[in-house]
Formats: sequence, C-alpha cells, structure tokens
Amino acid sequence: MFRIARGLRQAGVMGINRRNAEYTLIHNARRLYPLVDDKHRTKQLAQRAGIAVPELYATIEIERQVRDLPDILVPHTEFVIKPAQGSGGDGIVVITGRSGEWYRKAGGILVSEGELKHHVSNILSGVYSLGGHPDKALVEYLVKFDPVFANVTYQGVPDIRIIVFLGVPVMAMVRLPTRMSNGKANLHQGAIGAGIDIATGTTLTAVWGNEVITQHPDTGNGVSGVAIPSWDRLLELAARCYELTGLGYQSVDIVLDQDKGPLILELNARPGLNIQIANRTGLLNRLRAIEANRHRLVNVAERLAFAKHTFQVNP
Amino acid sequence: MNKRHLYLLASVLAFVAAAVFIYKLFVLKFPLSPRAKTDAWDVEVRVTFDAADTPVKVYLQLPRTGVRYAVVDEQFISRGYGMNIRRSETGRQAVWSVRKVSGRQVLYYRATIRPAPKERGRGQPAKSPPVEPHGFEGAELIAAQAILEDVRAHSADVETMVSELIKRLGPAGNLADTTGQANLLLGRQPTNTRRLDVSVRVLALAGIPARVIHGIRLETLARAATKVQWLDVYHGNAWHAYDANTGEPGIPDRYLRWWSGKGSLASITGGQKLHTQMSVSLNKEAALLSAQWRERATRPALFRFSLLGLPIATQAVYHVLLMVPLGVFFLVILRNVIGIKTFGTFMPVLIALAFRETQLALGIVLFTLLVGLGLGIRFYLERLKLLLVPRLAAVLIVVIFLMALITVVTYNLGLHRGLSVALFPMVIMTMTIERMSIVWEERGPLEALQQGLGSMVAAVIAYLIMSIVAIQHLVFVFPELLLALLAGTLLLGRYSGYRLLELARFKVLAKETQ
Repeated sequence: MFRIARGLRQAGVMGINRRNAEYTLIHNARRLYPLVDDKHRTKQLAQRAGIAVPELYATIEIERQVRDLPDILVPHTEFVIKPAQGSGGDGIVVITGRSGEWYRKAGGILVSEGELKHHVSNILSGVYSLGGHPDKALVEYLVKFDPVFANVTYQGVPDIRIIVFLGVPVMAMVRLPTRMSNGKANLHQGAIGAGIDIATGTTLTAVWGNEVITQHPDTGNGVSGVAIPSWDRLLELAARCYELTGLGYQSVDIVLDQDKGPLILELNARPGLNIQIANRTGLLNRLRAIEANRHRLVNVAERLAFAKHTFQVNP
Repeated sequence: MNKRHLYLLASVLAFVAAAVFIYKLFVLKFPLSPRAKTDAWDVEVRVTFDAADTPVKVYLQLPRTGVRYAVVDEQFISRGYGMNIRRSETGRQAVWSVRKVSGRQVLYYRATIRPAPKERGRGQPAKSPPVEPHGFEGAELIAAQAILEDVRAHSADVETMVSELIKRLGPAGNLADTTGQANLLLGRQPTNTRRLDVSVRVLALAGIPARVIHGIRLETLARAATKVQWLDVYHGNAWHAYDANTGEPGIPDRYLRWWSGKGSLASITGGQKLHTQMSVSLNKEAALLSAQWRERATRPALFRFSLLGLPIATQAVYHVLLMVPLGVFFLVILRNVIGIKTFGTFMPVLIALAFRETQLALGIVLFTLLVGLGLGIRFYLERLKLLLVPRLAAVLIVVIFLMALITVVTYNLGLHRGLSVALFPMVIMTMTIERMSIVWEERGPLEALQQGLGSMVAAVIAYLIMSIVAIQHLVFVFPELLLALLAGTLLLGRYSGYRLLELARFKVLAKETQ
C-alpha cells in the first residue's frame, strides 16, 4: 500500500485532496465559480470575448414555460437539452431526430413529449444541479462532430478536455463515447479517455474504465495516433479561458464541429483526475513546472510555447 | 493557505484540551474509566392507605443530607396529589394532599444515598438547643432522679454518663436494676423506642438536650429495610450519637439518619390503614457521580459551568450529542482519507444515531428494508412524472407510512425493538431514497448500490465508534477533548495526500514508473 503511494508520489499523480487543497481552493476564488457552474453565463461570457460556443436556441427558466416546450422545439429537429448548472454530464438529453410526435434520443430510443417535459421540469427543480438549487434548462445546437473521431466513437459527441493552469494548457485528453456510456462523453459513465500530446495534438494511449486499451471496444478501430486538426487553435482557445474566467485551475471542454470548428462546451472549476490515467502521467510535475515559471508566462503566446516545449511527449 | 496559522491554531486547541484534561484528571480526580465504582444506595418508601372520598393529607418524614450521607436524586411518585416539602425541627417532611380520593392509594418516595465527603462537616448549632420538658411526675420523677444520681455516681463525664444511662435502661440493664426504678419508668416489655424516649427524658431532667434518631441500615438488598434508633445527645457544643443497645458512643457506618423525635415515619389525616414499607438496595454506580458530588460540595462555581451541573435529563441529551463530533470526525476520515462515497455528507452519522436505539443488526435490516421499499415506491412515482417537491413530499409520506407498517408488523411478531424504527431520521431517509434513485438512473444500479453500501458501512462504523462506552464516558466527563478532535479535523482539512481508494484507482500509473 505504502509502496503504491510512494510510486504515485514519484510519478507526480495528483489525488483529489491535493487538487482541492493546493489548486482549486487556492487558485480559484469562490466568487468566480458561478461563471463556470452556470453554463448559461459561461456561454454569454465566451460570446462576449469572441470565443465560439454552440448556439443557444432557448432557455427555460420557469415551470410555466415547460408547457410551451413543443412550440419552442418546432424549428429544431436536432438539439441538446441540458441543465445550466449540471455536473458530470448528468441530465443531458441529446435529441437527434423526430418521428411524428416522438423525439429520438442519441441512442435511437424514442421519447414522448410528456417525458421530455418531465425531464425539463426535473431540471428546473434542481435535480441535477450542484446543491439542488433551482436551475435553468438550456436548449442548444447539437454539434455535428468532425469526422476525425468518427471511427472511434459510438454515437454521441466526443469532446476534448484541456486542463489549464494559470493560463497554460497542462494536459489534454479526448473522451470517446461508447455503447456503455450511452453516447455520453463521461469517463465514469463508460466513455474512453485518450491522452493527447500537448505539443502535437495526436492521441496517445487510452483507458476504458481502469484498463489501458488501444482499440475502441465498439468499433474496433485504433484509438492511438489520431491527429486532431487545428490543434494550435484549440490550445489557444483553452489558454484564453484563463483571462475569460480568472480561474487559475480549470478545465476547458471543446468539441470539433465539422462546420463551425472548435466550440467551447463548458468550463469546469473542479476538473476530475481521470485525465492522468488517460495520459498515464501525473499532473503534479507539470503543475509545479508552471508555478516555477509563472513570472515569465505572461501572454498567451508565451504560455503556449512553454506548454508545447515542456509537456511534449517523446515518441 | 497559511499552513503555519493552521498548525498554530491546531496546537493551541490541542494544548488547551490537554491542559484542561490533565487538570481535571489529576487535580479534580475525575475518573478516567467508567469502571471505577463506589457505593451508593437506592432507598424507597412505599406508603399505602385506604381513602373514602375525603380530603387526605399524608405526612412522610424524609432523610436529610448529613455528615455521613448525602441524599440525591429524590423522586416523589404520586399522581394527582399536591406535594410540598416542609422543614421542621425534626427534619424534613413531605406533605401530600388531595381534595377527594377513594380506594387504595399508593405513594412512593425514592432517593439515592451516597457517602458524603469526609471533610465536609455540617454546621453545628452555635448555642445549646433548648431542653424539652421531661414530664416526670410523682413516683416517676423520684425514680428518674434516683437513676440519674446513680448514673452520675458511676460516670466521669457526660459521655460516660450517657453510656451508663443507656445501659441501665437498655435490655441488659434489668440485671443491674435492683431497685425496680427502671421498670417503673419503662413499663412492661418496653420497645426500643420507649427505652430511648425515657433516656431522653432522664437526660432532660439533668438539663442535657437529647433526641431519638430514627434511621435505617444501608444494606445490599432489603425489601423491608432494618429500622434502627439511636440517641443523639448534645454536649461539648456538638451532637453525639450513642448506640441504643450498648450505650457506646458512636454508631456504625451504614446507618442512615432519617428523622428525629417521637413522631413516626408517616402519618395521615382523612385516610385509614396507613402502611409504610421502606426498602433499600445497593446501587453500584459509576464513581463519576461521586466525583461530581465532591465537586459540588467544594467548588460550586466550576461545577455550575460544566455539563455535570445540568439536570440528569439534559445530561442524557448531551451524552448523545457529544458523540456526534466523533462520528463526524470518522466520517471525515472515511471520506477524505479513505475515499468512501456516501449519500449526503453527514447522513451516515444520523443513521448511526438511529442505530443506537434499534441496535445494530435490526438497524441494518430496518434501514435496508426502508430504503428498498422507498426506492420501489420512488421508481413507481417516476412513471407519474411528478414535480420534484411534491414527489419528495410523496416519498416522505410513504416513508412514514412504511415506518408505521414495519412497527405494527414487528410489534405483532413480538419484536419490540422494531418500535424504534420511528427514530430513523425520515427526512434524511427520503433524501437518500431520492438521491439514490437519481444515481440509479443516471449512473446505473451498480454505482447506486455502491454508494448505498458506502453510506451503510459509514453508518455502521460511526455507530460502532459512538457506542464504545469508554469513549462515551471520556467525552462526557472531559468534553474539552473535543477541542483536540477539532484540531485534528482542522488538520485533516489541509490533508492533501492520496485517499486510500485512489491508490487502487491510479495504481496503473505507479507501476509505470517502477
């Protein structure tokens, strides 16, 4: 047991206590949390800064509006309904089409209008929000993902997560939905996490659950060595989020839309630690390197150059 | 942020805790373990009488805290009666009164008797108490004077004189009673009380204040306590006790003084067939109460501001409440050091409190049953597409209904402990059921059951820790130890090492570096 702990310490693996005690509690001011906890506010913030986000079709804020949901949805056949203050991907419903009165979910399952309304009203009453506060439901553009990950995705939208510390991209991974994850891109729900080389934007090895894999369990295609297009743009977007929110330690979730390019899905002030498993590397050494050099990492260009130079993975 | 600040605060707290603890342990001699025992007795007087629709007044003599023994925890059990306590020359008296009552009546008086601390002497009367009139006339007066003169001739001081007098008038005195004077005073077949009464009067003739003391012997267990009488004589500015049979000064330990004078234990107006029964039993209680008592006598201020100065019922509440910090502390360890996931931060501690009443095994069964049934109902309600708050309210109502049902069923099966299911925190249970069903749907049954089991394990561990008697005793007698616990909690608040379960989670990464 102590040997494992020592091994982890040597590998610079960060535990949740350390993340909380030394990073989120210290570098993230509490008053800034609402900026990222409420996806509606994040979206407004990003739009003002000229950062692309999925288009917002409608916001449902009070129970009375739930009745009008079908009217609101009339112009759209594909959309996503999500709680503004949800966490961990809970409460997100992806609708990919219609069939008469029915809506087709990402998995192909049909849901009725009533069920959809009930789901929205659940969102409003705060079932999925942190701390059970009353919430808003967002209806937004369904991302048509870039075919780069088409071979290694089972339904759903793969997204790229980049941890940004003091404006420097530290570590990145792509999360690939599987049959097990129900088309969702969350690792604890069964999605695959594949580490990304910060310097080049190509995927490294991947983990599924607790095992290291090289092939997608549903499609059978290799998950390593996939080059992410316009990687530098993604890095820059992520780095700019530091100025956007002021949060020292955060994660940026980006999707690649085939028409609109990279879109910021959400920001997270308490990002999970699975990214270390996906990259098979600990975060701590990289975070400490940034802390040691923070005085000379002022503008975005310097931060990106530092990240690409320091965190590259030797082939 | 500033670790030095935290360490300073924690060490100050720990230091204060240690200092107060050591002071109480070594200076005030508070017992460290609950096993240290001391003697105490429970005495009970049962008063019965018949009443016939008339106003009734019952007088009962009560024991009083004296030099040897202290009377604590008095209880008067008398439904429907007015009760007050009168203090008189002869001692304390309880007066029960009722306007109209009929049939057989039973009244109880209960008290706990403890040895009083040696150093504590009751205030002695500064000036000599009045001497009661002796009431001898004619032949009696002459006989009494003769005895007195004879006794005086055979003694050196008051002490020896009293001893001699008691011997003369005692059962063994007949042989020495050649003149028949004693027989004249005592009458035929005198009772012990009569003998003492005559002694008091003879002493009154000599101008020495004296009184008869009625008491009981403190025994291990006696349904009918042994009543004893002795003589109290005032000389040399203090009352001195003399054994009624031997006339020796001093009376044995274990004699509890109850009342003095000629009166009887109980008397009544308006009722008939008054009967009293005194019983006594040994109560081996914790030495704790004796220590408290010692403190109450000598350091009232310090005592008043501690938990031990509170009424017994309130103390019982704090016995439980003071264990909560311990449960919470271990919950912090379970969550932040081990990494067990639970529903709700402190829910397991509340469940653990409920386990205290239900006992562990039955508690687990009832908890599982309640959550299981509640989940079933909750899944059914899911189909009705109810809004959150009405849905929670519906689940809460069903949970309470289930609790009532479980109680009725277990009661009829003869499992009386099942009654305690009502002590489960129902609102917490409802929230647990709701959270569990959400996790069940969002993350799958496995995760839900894992967290449910985690909560249960945490509750069981919290219960086991909170039910260690030695710890309960320590925390209650030395609540300052909770400051040390607070210090520990603060330090854990900055613990940034791995959680135990993270070791398993990140194990792959450790292997790669080796």
